[in-house]
Amino acid sequence: MAIRRIFVANRGEIAVRILRTCRTLGIETVLGVSEADRESLGARMADRVLCLGPAQPAQSYLRVDTVVQAALGSECDAIHPGYGFLSERADLARLCEAEGVIFIGPTADQIEAVGDKLRARAAAEAAGVPVIPGGSAGSPEDARLLADTIGMPLLVKAAGGGGGRGMKLVEQAEELAATMDMASAEAEAAFGDARVYLERYVRSGRHIEVQVLGDGEGRVIHLGERDCSVQRRYQKLVEETPAPHLPPATRAAMHEAAVRFAARLSYRGAGTVEFLYDVPRDAFYFLEMNARIQVEHPVTEKVTGIDLVAEQIAIADGRGLGVPQADVMCDGAAIECRINAEDPDRDFAPSPGTVSEAHWPQGEGIRVDTHVVDGARIPPFYDSMIAKVIAHGADRAAALTRLRTALTEVRIAGVTTNLAFQQAVLADPDFAAGGVDTGFLARFLDRAKAAA
Amino acid sequence: MSLTAADVDRIIALLDGSRFDRLSLEMDGLKLDLVRNGNGGAAVARPVPASTPPVAAPAKPVQPPPMPEAVREAGLVEVKSPLLGIYYRAPRPGEEPFVEVGARVEPDTIVGIIEVMKLMNTARAGVSGEIVEILARNGELVEHGETLLLVRPDR
Repeated sequence: MAIRRIFVANRGEIAVRILRTCRTLGIETVLGVSEADRESLGARMADRVLCLGPAQPAQSYLRVDTVVQAALGSECDAIHPGYGFLSERADLARLCEAEGVIFIGPTADQIEAVGDKLRARAAAEAAGVPVIPGGSAGSPEDARLLADTIGMPLLVKAAGGGGGRGMKLVEQAEELAATMDMASAEAEAAFGDARVYLERYVRSGRHIEVQVLGDGEGRVIHLGERDCSVQRRYQKLVEETPAPHLPPATRAAMHEAAVRFAARLSYRGAGTVEFLYDVPRDAFYFLEMNARIQVEHPVTEKVTGIDLVAEQIAIADGRGLGVPQADVMCDGAAIECRINAEDPDRDFAPSPGTVSEAHWPQGEGIRVDTHVVDGARIPPFYDSMIAKVIAHGADRAAALTRLRTALTEVRIAGVTTNLAFQQAVLADPDFAAGGVDTGFLARFLDRAKAAA
Repeated sequence: MSLTAADVDRIIALLDGSRFDRLSLEMDGLKLDLVRNGNGGAAVARPVPASTPPVAAPAKPVQPPPMPEAVREAGLVEVKSPLLGIYYRAPRPGEEPFVEVGARVEPDTIVGIIEVMKLMNTARAGVSGEIVEILARNGELVEHGETLLLVRPDR
């Protein structure tokens, strides 16, 4: 095996997650940290720690040259980028390729191919994967004609956007021109790319994504889907697998579409193909592909028993796929709940600080991915997620019961969290019934506000 | 567009009077990095060339540098690496090192080069005094904030 030492270019729970698998595989680790993370759990676990720079991500975790220099200087064979930060930066993958360091992820070209929404959409169409009706429009006249075929309401989206950023809703045809001008100007300011496109707005949709693994030679398998419809302003809060109440034919078609899309790219590594499931039409449309490990990957690991980080490393090491599609079995159901250091009573404002006490649940079917232990600091510079609590059971009801019980055991002192809020979400009858759409959480919040 | 010495002095005074430890300024063709001295002293100017002087010094495989010893002469100032990279004691292989033990340094004395992927950054002493020990090894990786050398400051 070629990979002996991995540079982990990330922080928080995902750094800990990657370090654990490396430890299991007997791979040495070097963790790059910012000044704010020198005392983090990951820093205590890694074989070696290198400070990349100051706390501000732009001066540490986001510095491509510094990360590659650190990996080269500490004689690492490979870099694992985790999620966020540099994980989908083609320039990092390209620099790794030039310097002979293995990038644990797709090729630079693949990152670029899926990172640009217009290119990704064209690739989906070429692979015979359904896309939501829409397209790009240059002149106002083109836009009006396109809008007629799409129908109202529609969304104006930034080509360079993502994660819910850079989208605008148009309810009436006469708003179209003004909204497009505004969206284009904002996209130019936010992403340095003024291109926008139009697409059909789905009134009731669910966010369902398919986990894939590709060997880079054209072989691709899927590891089932995840339903991530419980979102607040496009930020996922609860994720689960399998997607509840999805017609079997639709589920199978989604899996096949995801595999087709990734295979056409000869995709290498772990990736996620996201779909919007149009509930009233029982149809699905390609949204985008995420060329990285996802936050919510543990639910897939729980039901399949496959360590996705280990698979990423094996693929990067040139050892191909660990299991053929026929051997991928999904056992039961798993639900993940994100615990964030934020205050739901103050519009989910981040609540950084020092965690004086952290107690996480244990038990049958329970997994907690976290970097937060007693005394852990939650710096204000980064994501507010402090843990993911995952429950697995023979079916969805069993998993949900376990997750609810597990959350009652969580104790976090020193920072405000969304724990009670998440417990209320899990107690909601609509959530318990399963299959809520992406509007669920906004309605839930409106009801809570009205009741207060 | 360039900065005069007086401009830099004024910027240093601004940083000194602020609660920030670091100031980075980028203008066309010029990059100014100001870092407050680790011991709480005056801020120190550390101009970094915006262009890359090619310095042919292949990075050898490195081992972790030795940890600084715990017990040292009191009152020594640690001159820290302003960034992560490969430390070079001399401008080019085979040339005389910038500084040696026993040498006098002023705040703007160059004490080494830190290479980040072929981009050469100068490291300056940031203090007036005499070099007591050089901890960082030539051609090896230093992390951000790692102590490069120890200086006995002037009284």
